[in-house]
Order: sequence, then C-alpha cells, then structure tokens
Amino acid sequence: MTNTKKLLLNDTFVVIIFAAAILAMPIWLDPIGGNYPDLLQKFAIYGIFAIGFNILFGLTGYLSFGHAAFLGVGSYAAVWSFKLLTMNVIPAVIFGVLFAGILAAVIGFLSLRRTGIYFSILTLAFAQMSYNLAYSVLTPITNGETGLQLARSDPRILDRLFSQEQAAGLPSTDLFGETMSGYPGFYFCAVLLIVCFYISMRIFRSPFGLMLKGIKSNQNRMRYTGLNTRPYMLTAFIISGMYAGLAGSLLAVTDPLAGAERMQWTASGEVVLMTILGGAGTLVGPMLGAGLIKYFENIFSAFDDNVLTQAFSFLPDSVLEFVVPVVGLFVGSGWHLTLGLLFMVIVIFLPGGLVEGFRRIYDYFKSGGGNAKTQSVEARNQAGE
Amino acid sequence: MNSLVLQLDNINKSFGGLSALSDINLHVEEGTTHAIIGPNGAGKSTLLNVCIGRLKPDTGKVTFAGEVLTGRQPHEIAQLGVARVFQTPEIFQEMTLLENVMIPAFSHRDGAFRLNAGELLSRQGELRDDAEHILEDVGLKEMMMTEAGSLSRGDKRRLELGMCLILRPRLLLLDEPTAGMARHDTNQTIELLKKIKSRGMTKVIIEHDMHVVFSLADKVSVLARGQIIAGGDPQSVREDPKVKEAYLGGAH
Repeated sequence: MTNTKKLLLNDTFVVIIFAAAILAMPIWLDPIGGNYPDLLQKFAIYGIFAIGFNILFGLTGYLSFGHAAFLGVGSYAAVWSFKLLTMNVIPAVIFGVLFAGILAAVIGFLSLRRTGIYFSILTLAFAQMSYNLAYSVLTPITNGETGLQLARSDPRILDRLFSQEQAAGLPSTDLFGETMSGYPGFYFCAVLLIVCFYISMRIFRSPFGLMLKGIKSNQNRMRYTGLNTRPYMLTAFIISGMYAGLAGSLLAVTDPLAGAERMQWTASGEVVLMTILGGAGTLVGPMLGAGLIKYFENIFSAFDDNVLTQAFSFLPDSVLEFVVPVVGLFVGSGWHLTLGLLFMVIVIFLPGGLVEGFRRIYDYFKSGGGNAKTQSVEARNQAGE
Repeated sequence: MNSLVLQLDNINKSFGGLSALSDINLHVEEGTTHAIIGPNGAGKSTLLNVCIGRLKPDTGKVTFAGEVLTGRQPHEIAQLGVARVFQTPEIFQEMTLLENVMIPAFSHRDGAFRLNAGELLSRQGELRDDAEHILEDVGLKEMMMTEAGSLSRGDKRRLELGMCLILRPRLLLLDEPTAGMARHDTNQTIELLKKIKSRGMTKVIIEHDMHVVFSLADKVSVLARGQIIAGGDPQSVREDPKVKEAYLGGAH
C-alpha cells in the first residue's frame, strides 16, 4: 500500500525534523539568550517529563496531579546509584526509570479505581504523601531537608573495582569517561528526549494509543465492547511514570543531588501547565510548553530595570520612566504574572494550546485567509493522530 | 427445536421500593429474533441492563450459552459474545467512524486486553478492510473519515450497530434501534437487521414501533409493570386480549 508507505515516511520525517531541531538548539536559541547548558538541559529534561505526562493526560484524559512523585523517585534512585555503584550515568538512568515505574504501578493501581476529579485528588494525595515521607520518616534514604548529596566517602563499588586512583574532591557524573555536565550533558539528555519522542509517537499511532483515546472518549462503550479498561489505563500510567522517572534521573545526572521539594505539588502542577500550554494530546505540544515555561523561568526572571532601560532606550526619557516600571512588573520576579496571563489567554482562546495556535496560523495562510475554520478540523485529525 | 442461547430465570430487580422486574423468566432460542415490547416504564431497558451486567439483579440468574452472566464484568460478558446497541448511541464522538469501528475490531481480535503498543495502526490492513466492509454494510462507508459526533442521530445508531456487528456477537441486544428515526431510515434499518438475521445471529430487540416488531420478530414477549404478561409468535401475541388491554389497546 502506497498509503502506508507515505505515512511511515511521514513519521520518519517528523522524527528527523524533531531531532534536528533539538540537537540544533544551541544554535537557534543563541539569539534569544537561551544558549547555555544549564537551560538547554532543563529544556530537554522537562520536555521528557511533559511528553510522558501527555501519554497519560493527552491520550486518556486522566489528569494526574502527582507526577512529581515519580520525578523525585527518579532523582533519588539515580543519586543512590551514583553513591553506591558508579558515577556512570547509565545505571543511574535505568534505576531511576525502574523505581519510578514500580511506584507508578502501586499508585496507579490504587488511584485508577476512580475517575475524574477523584483520580486527580488521589494522585495528589499520594504525591504529597511521598513528599512528606521524604522529608520525615525516610530521612535515612532521602537525607531529609538537606537533600541527598554525593560524598567523597561513598562506596561506589563498581568504580573502585575498576580504578584504584581517587580524584581529589567530589567525582562528577560521566558516560564512559565523558563528563555529564555542560554541553555533553545536554546532548545526552537530548538524545534521550528524541528516543522518548519517538516512543511516544509510536504509542500515539499504535492500536494501544487508539484504545487509550477510546477510553478518553467513552469508557462505557469500551467496556461494552469487551475491553478491560483497567490494564490499559495502568499501562499508560506506568509508562508515563517511567518517563517522569527518567526526567528525574536526568536532573540528577546533570546535577547530582536530589531534594524532596522536587516532589512537591507545585512541581506536579508545573507539568500540567506545560502540557496544556503546549497542547494536550498533541505530539510536540508538551515539549513546546515545557520549553516556554523553562524559558520564562530562566530568562524572563533575569530581566531587571537595567535591561529594560536598555531595551527601551530609543524612547524619550519621559515615556521611558513610565514604561520601564510597568513592563518591569511582568519580568524579573514578576515573570509568574506574564506566565499566568499567557496561560489564561491560551486556555480561553486556544484550548488546543500553542500547537492549535500554530495550526490556525498555518491554515490561515494555506487557505489564503478564507475558510480557515473548516480546514482546522481536518488538520486536527491529521496531527492529533 | 433450537437450543437456548439466553435464559433468564426468576429475575427480580427493584429500585428502592419500586419493583422494576418481578419473576422474569425468558428463553431466547438460537438464531431467532426475539422482540420485547411493552408500554413505557414496563422495565424493558432494565431487563437489557441486567443481561449485559450493567445492573445486578436482586435474585435470579442470567445464562448465556451455558455460562452464567450474573455477577460478571461488562467486558467479560461482551467477550463471551453479547453485544448491545444502546437507546442513546454510545459511540466515540471525537473519533472518526473508521476508528469507531476499529476499536471493537481490536477487541474481537485481541480480547479484553493486549499490550499492542509496538504495532502501527497503519499496518492493520486486514482489520481495516473488515472495518470498511462493516461500514459499507451499515451504509456509512463514504463518511468513514468524518468525526462521529457530527453524524445525525439515525446515522449514530447505524454506526453503533456496525460497532457491534464487527464483534461478531452470538447475541445482539438492541434497545429501540429505530427510535427517533424517520420512516425511510427505519425501513433501511429493518432491511439491515433482516440481512443480519440471515447470518444466524440471535437478536433481542426492544421496540416501540409495531411496524418494526412485526417485520422482524420470530417471537414476542410482552412486558408490563415488570412482568411478562404474554409471549409467543407475533400473530398470537397481537390477538391476545391481555396484550390488547395493556399495550396495544390504547394505540389501536
């Protein structure tokens, strides 16, 4: 079937474009001040987090408010792997994903007994419980308030087995000799992000993904059609939790410490914002949302009055004195205000998120300004797939 | 005599103090079309809900082809070969007609759960052909790429029927399949149901429209106030004085 071939080609094409865009981030983010390793790593890591969240929320419509728990567990598992086994990042990532998956299986099994708001509340409760446990009872594992850190005296069994020499100071994470901070760290995260994107795309286009969409659309019909929705939901929940665990372990890879605040509900809320902002249920939307929020958090928050005065220096002084303080409200420590307004605008006018916005613009130009609306449905069907 | 496919024994169901079904005994033979008629509120839909596991009867049991259905999960009952068309169509509104039919096709092929995340939807040629075939049967093939939510009510019912047919059920339960349809649509649906009949599927139809009942049914049971007051072939039921009084009386 030529049709099938074309579609596959199309998929490969999408992945290649995506990979190129991600790997070239240091180039195209340079003009807008986003080109420094720390931020690039965050783009990739939170991109993974949001893509994973989208597998659950975008496909099944189940809104988890506790995904930060998996992020936190991923981080702790990774740091423990650094402490006990080796500074190599591969085992750390594997353990992060594994433990997050196990926790997701437990929380999912219990939470998925309910739907809608009750499901959200249950996940929130479990995540807050994890957060509080990490702070108090589990201090031997999590090191409580201080957070889990590396120490020179850590056993690191595997590392010691293969090399006798001890470097002065704390060791750094590595991938077979390559230090995982700075740009190499970003490229490591970026490659994993591309792999995650590919997996997510395959899920979206598999019968399994179709089942998840069916659950979102009409769970009753699914049951009377002979499908057991529970295992489908649980699988989606675990996959999504594993993505979060991977993101968490990567946070530890790029900066080897883990704190309980990573599990707090604000972190869970953030990924919800990212996904909705970018476009829930679309392939690239969550990644866009994650990038936008992290960009705001890091770049907008760094603007101060000096920067603004420079930016508006073309204005006459009297206007400048008025403009700078007003704009100043929205940047610097007020970046949350901008983000909040943006979020409101998007939810009200573009329920499909940024992706819907782009699509509308695309449709508008494609149809020469006319009947953009009729085409958007078709386009949505294509891209939503 | 044909073997029994569906057997309801001493079914009782009440909501609060109100008895919706009392002492229902119903036997449906393999390959027949069995119509259940009765005035509004007679308990017809409750009866179907008991059959598919949506409601649990207070007493009694439902047997399907030797398997007790009572107490089973809806998806288990469906996997055994019981499909149902609802009174208000239960379809996947946001999805295309093709996807609507593909989902049950997977259910039929893979069972209640299979982790088929590694396959590609676009590589399911056989299932897709089957789905297109079914859509052609119910007369919706031309529209298979449109969203199901945009269909007319009659078309939604036809789609739901298609979704049930692709499951290849042994027993098909239809809850007023022609309600809200124009006469032309109704006749089309009757033709369609007749076509299915020739495939040897057993059907239980709840229907208001006597035209539909008498053109399709081999057996008719009359339900009134939660009890079966008469049963038999359509002709004898039509002439039963009790039935005339309870149901047809007002209309004829």
